[in-house]
Amino acid sequence: MVSLAQVKATIEAALTDAQVEVRDLTGGGDHLEAIVISPDFEGKSSVDRHRTIYAVLQQELSAEAIHALALTTRTPQEVAASR
Amino acid sequence: MTPELQKRIEDLVKQDKIVVFMKGNKLMPQCGFSNNVVQILNSYGVPYSTVDVLEDGDIRQGIKEYSNWPTIPQLYVDGEFLGGSDIAVEMYNSGELEQKLQVALAS
Repeated sequence: MVSLAQVKATIEAALTDAQVEVRDLTGGGDHLEAIVISPDFEGKSSVDRHRTIYAVLQQELSAEAIHALALTTRTPQEVAASR
Repeated sequence: MTPELQKRIEDLVKQDKIVVFMKGNKLMPQCGFSNNVVQILNSYGVPYSTVDVLEDGDIRQGIKEYSNWPTIPQLYVDGEFLGGSDIAVEMYNSGELEQKLQVALAS
């Protein structure tokens, strides 16, 4: 099990100007949802964006400390456009 | 990954135009994320095959290496890795998935 704050901090440390929100989907602490906004995603496909996050959390995922991770990845521009 | 396992996975990926590696099967998905992908494909009424990774530990680990993607489910269209549950849902919402599937099924 891994704390939500720790997951948030790990993602934030790896990306430029990242805004990260991490939620626990089930209350069990291992089914998480992360919403990540960073300019690093510019020009990248969803697959590449998710791979970036997975790579950052590789340790937690492979040890199944995080069993499931739902991801939403956006650039600041995309967020602005959807508002 | 052994060449044998690589070959087995390649054969599974290419067994159908649309293939889902998932936990459980179409009728009884064993995970909510796998269920998302099944429900999306069912809503289109398209033919697709599934591979239950819970039945085979080699495939369960191997498919993650094959696609460089650490989670299940994994959706493949025309042998190409499209994404996991979140991406399938995004592409469903944008209409991109329907387009991809139609192109694949027409080819």
